Amino acid sequence: MAETHLDRPTALDDLLAAHADQPGALLPVLHAIQATFGYVPPEHVGRIARALNLSRAEVHGVISFYHYFRHQAPGRHVVQVCRAEACQAMLCERTEQHAKQRLGVDYGGTSADGLFTLEAVYCLGNCAAAPTVMVGEKLYGRVTPERLDEVLDDWRNRS
Amino acid sequence: MSTRVYISRDAAAQALGADETAAALQAAAAARGADIRITRVGSRGMVWLEPLVEVEDSAGRRIAYGPVTADRVPELVAAGLLEAGPHALRLGRVEDQPYFANQERLTFARVGIVDPVSVDHYLAHGGYAGLRRALEMPGAAIVQEVTDSGLRGRGGAAFPTGIKWKTVLDQPTDQKYVVCNADEGDSGTFSDRMLMEGDPLCLLEGMTIAGVAVGATQGYIYLRCEYPHAGHALREAIEAARARGFLGQDVCGSGKSFDLEVRMGAGAYICGEETSLLESLEGKRAEVRYRPPLPAIQGLFAKPTVINNVISLASVPIILQRGAAFYRDYGMGRSRGTLPIQLAGNLKRGGLVEKAFGVTLRELLYDFGGGSASGRPIRAVQVGGPLGAYLPESQFDTPLDYEAFTAIGALVGHGGIVAFDDSVDMARMARYAMEFCSIESCGKCTPCRIGSTRGVEVLDRIIRGDERKANLAQLESLCDTLQHGSLCGLGGMTPFPVMSAVKHFPGDFSRDR
Repeated sequence: MAETHLDRPTALDDLLAAHADQPGALLPVLHAIQATFGYVPPEHVGRIARALNLSRAEVHGVISFYHYFRHQAPGRHVVQVCRAEACQAMLCERTEQHAKQRLGVDYGGTSADGLFTLEAVYCLGNCAAAPTVMVGEKLYGRVTPERLDEVLDDWRNRS
Repeated sequence: MSTRVYISRDAAAQALGADETAAALQAAAAARGADIRITRVGSRGMVWLEPLVEVEDSAGRRIAYGPVTADRVPELVAAGLLEAGPHALRLGRVEDQPYFANQERLTFARVGIVDPVSVDHYLAHGGYAGLRRALEMPGAAIVQEVTDSGLRGRGGAAFPTGIKWKTVLDQPTDQKYVVCNADEGDSGTFSDRMLMEGDPLCLLEGMTIAGVAVGATQGYIYLRCEYPHAGHALREAIEAARARGFLGQDVCGSGKSFDLEVRMGAGAYICGEETSLLESLEGKRAEVRYRPPLPAIQGLFAKPTVINNVISLASVPIILQRGAAFYRDYGMGRSRGTLPIQLAGNLKRGGLVEKAFGVTLRELLYDFGGGSASGRPIRAVQVGGPLGAYLPESQFDTPLDYEAFTAIGALVGHGGIVAFDDSVDMARMARYAMEFCSIESCGKCTPCRIGSTRGVEVLDRIIRGDERKANLAQLESLCDTLQHGSLCGLGGMTPFPVMSAVKHFPGDFSRDR
């Protein structure tokens, strides 16, 4: 298994300590972990639970409830494709199909080169310029299959 | 003196290249030795014209150009954009555009005009006048003012905001909370996002007034994680407000305390339902709570909690500033004030239109929206998000009014309107509604958790052509169970899009593909 920074006890402990006094701290803690490491490593559920005085089952239950939290490391860039109604009205299925084909994965998968993880998302609030795609925090509107190629090429060149 | 230029920082404008346009404009100006100052503002809401560039002319008027993508910038600057000169993309003043001039902008009055995180801009445009007035009033009088305005929950449930506040006010406890529901998950809606990005201080002021009114000292904004840009704007605004004494231990020197924190959701549509949102804020699985008790009596951490949608709270400052009667004078019937309506999907001119209640769907789709983007006839419209009914052309003359929509088995919801042209397959949209419910069900009640999965299977059989008549009867029975047996609106209202599609577009459920 790849070494993560979380294997050093201090990084995770510092993070947990920073949130210890926050009411209802579990979601902020999980966000902080995922923001730092890209996912919530399952092997650390026990430590999160101890720090927040919860059971492992409670922590695991929360992680698995929310679509946003990942259980494994993503590729370098996360590509979110909206498949909600407003995007469907502008034929987002074509963009979805193209994304899957081009990256060679289904939703949740990471391209073989490790660059892109493809995720489905239900509304990014850009419904007047659909279809919408977000890469990292960068939002794109009117993303036809051709436009998606440009976007992915751009991110590939940044890598 | 430098030329003032305004470009949106709204996520939708960024999605169409506003950042690149701003950079290109800065570079082009520098190359000509022109002194310009770009202010990043919210969006005017005319999304089809983004990136929109406004240049202040010698008379101090903002002259708009759009859409100005980065590649058009050199040409525009050469043609005299920085002097507000003529060009094919020159639109004139935004206020003179019919799309904008025919709106009634109360809640969105400042959006697109001010620097969203500048307290000075906010104050110069009437900001904090409502809070200052509220601080002179007893809590009960503030609540009465909100009640008298007729404001109803803009998140979709349309419950009178003042009544919610009154219940919290009447609870004799030390700790109370104000929670803003910013989990705007409905497809076709983005007014919360635009307000939070374009005038976040207005939301902060509304929440502070709510806190002062009911005696709450701590507020939370529960923001969906799909809105990172709104998160940045809110945090910047909170810091700015705190630095100027509009949040904190001594709000405006009144001796009253109120502070705010932004909490991020994690991709769960169900958190738009207020009790599941509260569970999530407490750090739990966002499973819907049984009611009673109401959140107003036992809400966040079992304390009395005001929980309102972004637009509800952001409408409070103008109500306190101008008085209940001012706001109540807009609208029709029991739907008072204005609604920020979002035109989305297959429309030529999508965007945000704030109108008094009473405007018809047809006016919105054609006069504002300009008809479909594809040029084909508009066949169906979904109003109110994924739990809203699909309406056919014959219902386009329905006025936007909570009661009028209820009367036709539809809902206004959060004011999102998604248009589909005649290429839409309504049986597939009905299937999607069930699929969405199955993906997003919190799992607590059986009708929603199991019923939605069975619904997908039944619709698959109908689409395939297996025993259509029997399966349509099965679907109707299943929807009846969902509607009457579910714990909350997700399972309870998924039948609306499904059965409205069956009712209004029966041909799509009987043809072979």
